[in-house]
Amino acid sequence: MAKTLYDKLWESHVVHAEEDGTALLYIDRHLVHEVTSPQAFEGLKLAGRKPWRISSIVATADHNTPTSHWERGIEDPISRQQVETLDVNIREVGALAYFPFKDKRQGIVHVIGPENGATLPGMTVVCGDSHTSTHGAFGCLAHGIGTSEVEHVLATQCLLQKKSKAMLVRIDGKVGAGVTAKDIVLALIGKIGTAGGTGYAIEFGGSAIRALSMEGRMTVCNMAIEAGARVGFVAVDETTIAYLKDKTFAPKGGDWDKAVAYWRTLVSDADAKFDAVVELDAASIVPQVTWGTSPEMVTGINGSVPAPEDYSDPVKREGVERALQYMGLTPRMPINQVKIDKVFIGSCTNSRIEDLRAAAVVARGRHVAASVKLALVVPGSGLVKAQAEAEGLDKIFIAAGFEWRQPGCSMCLAMNDDRLEPGERCASTSNRNFEGRQGNGGRTHLVSPAMAAAAAIAGRFADVRELL
Amino acid sequence: MEKFIKHEGLVVPLDRANVDTDAIIPKQFLKSIKRSGFGPNAFDEWRYMDHGEPGKDCAGRPKNPNFVLNQDRYQGASILLTRQNFGCGSSREHAPWALQDFGFRAIIGDSFADIFFNNCFKNGLLPIVLPKAEMDALFGLTEHTPGYRLTVDLAAQLVVRPDGHAIPFQIDGFRKECLLNGWDDIGLTLRHAEKIRDYEDRRKREQPWLFA
Repeated sequence: MAKTLYDKLWESHVVHAEEDGTALLYIDRHLVHEVTSPQAFEGLKLAGRKPWRISSIVATADHNTPTSHWERGIEDPISRQQVETLDVNIREVGALAYFPFKDKRQGIVHVIGPENGATLPGMTVVCGDSHTSTHGAFGCLAHGIGTSEVEHVLATQCLLQKKSKAMLVRIDGKVGAGVTAKDIVLALIGKIGTAGGTGYAIEFGGSAIRALSMEGRMTVCNMAIEAGARVGFVAVDETTIAYLKDKTFAPKGGDWDKAVAYWRTLVSDADAKFDAVVELDAASIVPQVTWGTSPEMVTGINGSVPAPEDYSDPVKREGVERALQYMGLTPRMPINQVKIDKVFIGSCTNSRIEDLRAAAVVARGRHVAASVKLALVVPGSGLVKAQAEAEGLDKIFIAAGFEWRQPGCSMCLAMNDDRLEPGERCASTSNRNFEGRQGNGGRTHLVSPAMAAAAAIAGRFADVRELL
Repeated sequence: MEKFIKHEGLVVPLDRANVDTDAIIPKQFLKSIKRSGFGPNAFDEWRYMDHGEPGKDCAGRPKNPNFVLNQDRYQGASILLTRQNFGCGSSREHAPWALQDFGFRAIIGDSFADIFFNNCFKNGLLPIVLPKAEMDALFGLTEHTPGYRLTVDLAAQLVVRPDGHAIPFQIDGFRKECLLNGWDDIGLTLRHAEKIRDYEDRRKREQPWLFA
């Protein structure tokens, strides 16, 4: 019978299945960070258990780490304790690799895995972080998990999981200039909603996905969770294989050839059946901007903020009313008239080298508007930062009035000092525009890196296509 | 894990869709390295008028009188009614920890986000999905009946109203058994240790690069 890629990834990892279909899936790669792991390590220790396979673990500190003044260390004592707890736990337990605070390869867990070749096609990947779906870009089955599951994987190398339904999101055609992977995935979420993918594993396919770089595919898979799907992935092709060649933890020599031959089988069979198919025409997608407090509340740059009366469902209508009030927006306001206070370019969605290049193209020779209080560029990792500096991108940003920071999660979730103050409005390349996400009372609008740079320069949302 | 067999308790209606885990427990409280103590900060930004920080005593903080959990009639509630896509967003297990620490044993909604739903079962907190018509009725009854209580019977898979109307709900057999018995997942999985080792040995031969 013809199989989907999901079938293939699932079946190759089932160790044991219960009668009701609940399966024990073997986990190949366990990514660990400081926020969701301390209680898991403690639980393991209290139960007198040992980790099953430490060579599956790749760890880093990212959520709490500061992005400036590294010479001062981590000044917030509670954040420091959490990062130090990870240091102690990894020192005691061991790992394939650990990139602690200030290490030159430290960075956001979903950036460092792929860039070091620790994420490989056909793997099951888990991390105590919902954006683990990012790794699906490599033809992996990558699940975000809770802390109890982190402990379960540490102790057993397995995850208890029930198979989801399979959804194919097919995006064909060619996107226009200035339209990026971020715009594709925001347009998709706008179409199917934040619960549209709940209960599904999403395979992203079609010519527009095939045309994306690995960085672009990671951006799309990263936000599968924002569409409700715990896993999202892209089939392996030459782009995948070329990206992995010579990466630190990628196979070498004879193993490389053997691995590549296997990886090429990681595609859905031509006549495979999906439980649901969603289609999008790439050519019709324009640069996107979210206006509300859920990623599905999104419009094109030529669009307007909606009015509550546009919605017939009372729960939805009330949600829109509450979102407009929180966001300080009036119905029917064109989105390109919305002024911003801050700009954040970074996060596991958009902090890779391609993202920084796209923002730099817009920033080059221009300047951040005087009304913008802060425009941050936070590279996803030490390696991304070094690459960007080798290309001179840091100088472009600094000359344009952006701040060039150290790597980390930063203002995506504001666990460090990078945050919005109450009422401040931000053009952000991150993944969530929930109430308070970037700081208590802060107002987040999700955009692509190029659109964030355009907003920084205009002081309001602007169509990046007019700046290219 | 605490067993869940049958629970009877006061119901509080949180009539909102897409309640995300950042709302359930804001990020500043995720810096804790413990599993307990999150209850006072559950829904922190909605419950209090000021900004909460870890270590701040919540007893004297100004409460938002409009937030449903603060209303006198719902004090002591242990069953939360909510709308679609509850628990969306981050995978933080601090969200079910906070709800449980607050005093909830069951959450009844139109639908739940996947990771949150999963995390609840690891902590003896029961998420229940009911059809929209039943949810609408329960919201109406809860709002119009002071002291409205429900009984959640996991063994029978029923939510029972005081008027005797019993609403069936679905749950995976394996999850149900674990909750009824308070079983620890890890202990259960380790019974299959030999199978895990066999699987590992085979993969090592077939795909050695995964074990480098």
